[in-house]
Order: sequence, then structure tokens, then C-alpha cells
Amino acid sequence: MTPYGNIVFFIIIGILLLPTIILGLRGKSAKGYNIVISIVVLALIFGSSLNGSISLILFTVFQLLLIIGYQKYRSQKNNTSVFVIAVLLSILPLVLVKVLPMLGLQNLFGFLGVSYITFKSVQMILETRDGLIKDKISPVELAYFLLFFPTVSSGPIDRWRRFYKDMHTAPSGQDYQKLLLSGINYIFVGFLYKFILAYLIYNYTLIYLPSQTYNYLTPFQGQIAYMYMYSFYLFFDFAGYSAFAVGVSRIMGVQTPINFNRPFSSRNIKDFWNRWHMSLSFWFRDYVYMRFVLWMTKKKWIKNKYTVSYIGFFLLFFLMGIWHGLELHYVVYGLYHALLIISFDKFERWNKKRKLWPKNKWTHAIGVFITFNAVCFGFYIFSGTLF
Amino acid sequence: MDKQQVLEMLVELCEDEIVLENPDIDLFEEGLLDSFGTINLLVEIENRFNISVPITDFNREEWNTPNRIVAELAERQ
Repeated sequence: MTPYGNIVFFIIIGILLLPTIILGLRGKSAKGYNIVISIVVLALIFGSSLNGSISLILFTVFQLLLIIGYQKYRSQKNNTSVFVIAVLLSILPLVLVKVLPMLGLQNLFGFLGVSYITFKSVQMILETRDGLIKDKISPVELAYFLLFFPTVSSGPIDRWRRFYKDMHTAPSGQDYQKLLLSGINYIFVGFLYKFILAYLIYNYTLIYLPSQTYNYLTPFQGQIAYMYMYSFYLFFDFAGYSAFAVGVSRIMGVQTPINFNRPFSSRNIKDFWNRWHMSLSFWFRDYVYMRFVLWMTKKKWIKNKYTVSYIGFFLLFFLMGIWHGLELHYVVYGLYHALLIISFDKFERWNKKRKLWPKNKWTHAIGVFITFNAVCFGFYIFSGTLF
Repeated sequence: MDKQQVLEMLVELCEDEIVLENPDIDLFEEGLLDSFGTINLLVEIENRFNISVPITDFNREEWNTPNRIVAELAERQ
């Protein structure tokens, strides 16, 4: 069963969550019960494929052993090569999932959500390395975090220390009521976005675009219309899904971070990446870009610190691109965004000296317009219709 | 480490005197700091005050104003 795919899924989790809600309203923790229903829902999501279920179980056990094993090691020693091996091992399954199909072995290994679980796992190894995760981790709680069912298939990507806090605090009945209402609100936003807006855009425009427009549009206009409609579809579909995930998390007492914050009103490309698929872009920002730049700055291999930053952007967006898939259009999508960010960064620094582009409502509006179009063109590349 | 030294460091990093005038300004909202600026900040903190802050411990919500940065650093000294 696809999570949030149809009304039956919502009815099932609605019923399963009733005891969670009753406990919450009484100010009690529903953690134990939530762990039990997670297993039920995971069985519903993955149970239809034997191959997928076995892959998921083996994969989870592998990640648990790796994280807990590395933590044990880290409490005594802190060797860089062991850290690098741990990180490589934790991304190895994801790499196999991406590469094996190219060798004609698609059914061997792979299941829904593998990349999102990998993000959480890598993050735990990095934070353990930094000495931020020192307390003994319970394997059950760790598995609950990695496989937290509301977000298991496509995020948002939560962080252990934040999740841990939520898991171990039972809000008062009144606070839980607020959480519950905002959760329900998110779920209805999700219905509006995914099942109404995304559905309408898809069925009334996208399936006719770019070429079957019955001669209303020239081929060029068809492509342009496709570009904008696809961008809106992508947003409403994914933001709708994310709203479900955030909403259900809240009902379970977990404040999963939001993924979208009005991305089409971004005033520049940096602003955009702080608003679009936020949990993913923050993951790449914190665990790829910033780590890389800090490491290079300390090593002093490259003198110019801006060059280091630009290499960091390329690395970030290249990885983000191939994470979507190894196809050419994903790689180009990543590089295109790297180019946008670097160009904007150069402009921003140039403007800081000359102050030719003031900050007012007019420049703001122009900024939003340019960013919106640049971003839509990016999604057009991403869609794979261009090449 | 005193407050003045931290503020002077922020003026250099943000290239803006406004940090002195308004030490409660949100550095990220105002575009005075970004991810890149954060790295330079962490490197400078280590060089000047010998306090090592792991990147993963740098939370934008907790380190977003000059006053908060001063407080965070005082706590870690």
C-alpha cells in the first residue's frame, strides 16, 4: 500500500491513531503504543512485496548495527579512517540501489524510502563523530526513528536529537490538543494540495502537454505551458505529501520539520533553497557543503575561500542531482542550480561593494519574478522532457 | 573572551557595523550570515577564543543574533 495513496490508508491510520489521541489528550505519552502501530503500518506499506520486506529488514538491521557499533567505537577512539569507512558503509546500500538497475539487476534489492532512511543514518554517524550523540541508544528507539512511518517513504528528514526530545516528552493535555489541531490542519492542507490541486493540474493540463494541445498552442507555447504546469504540479504534489507526513507526525507527538515554506515567493535562489524541500536542502547544507568547506578551510589547500565555497556548491548540487537518479537530466538539474547559486553569490558580493541594487519592494518583486522563472526552468530540466 | 571582542569579530565577518548598533539583529534573516559565513565564524571562534564548536552543533535558531552568539560562547568557555 502506498502511504497516503488512497482514502483506505487514511481510514486505517485514523483508527490506529485513536488510542494515541486519547492518551495525548490525557497528557500521557503514547510512545509504546506508537511503536507498536508503526510495525503494523510498515507491514501494510511494505508487506505486499516479499522482496521489499526482506530488503527493508536486512537494511535496517545493517544500519542499526553500523550506528550503534560506530558509537561504541567512538566512545573509545576517534580515527578518521574508521569514520570514513562507517559513512561509506552506510551509503553503500543506497549506491547499490542506484547502480544495480544499470547492470540489469533491478529486482535484487531496493524498496520505498531507502534514500530517506540513509539520510538519517549518515546523519547519526556524522553527529556521533562530532561527539554530539554520546548517550546509549536503544535499538528499538533508533529503529523507530529510522522507520518512523509517517515519513518513511519520502521524508521530511528529521534529526535524531530533535526526534529524541519529542519522543521523551509527553506534552500536557492542553499542549497536545494544540499539536493535534495543527496536525489535522496539515492533513487537510495535504488533501487540498495533493488530491485537489495537484490532481486537477495533472488531469486537466499536464496529460495534454507539451504536444497534445489540439492546435491551441504552438509547440513552443506547449513547452512553456508544460514548464509552469509541471512546476506547480511538483509543488502541490510533494508539498501535499509532506503536509500529510507532518500532520500525522504531530498527532503522534513528533514535530517533524516542515518541507516547504512558500517557495515560489523566494526573493533569490538562496532564499529558494531555504524554502523548497527544506529538510533535504538543509541536510545537504549541513552535512555536505558546510563540512566540506570547513574541512578545506582547515587544510588550506586552496587559498581563495570563495573558490572553496563554489566547489562546495558544485559538490552539494551534483550529489543532490544524482541522488534523484543517475540520468543525465538529474545531473544537469543539479549543475544548473549550482550555477545559479554561484552566479547569485558573485552578484551579491559585487553588490555589497557597489550597492547598485537597493533593497526595496520593487527590487524584491523583480527578484521574486526572476527567481520563480529560473526555478521553473530548473524543474523543466528535472522533468526530463528537454532531454 | 568578552562581549566586545565577539562583536568586533562579527563586524569583520559580516562587513557591517549594524551588528554593534543592534546586537539583537537576526543575522541570517538579514543576509549578514549564510552557510559560508557560518564556516568562517566557526573558524574565527576557534582561532580567537580557542573554543571548538562542531558544525552539527551550530543551530541557526539558537545562534541567529550577536547577543545569542555571545551567550552560546560564554556557556562553552
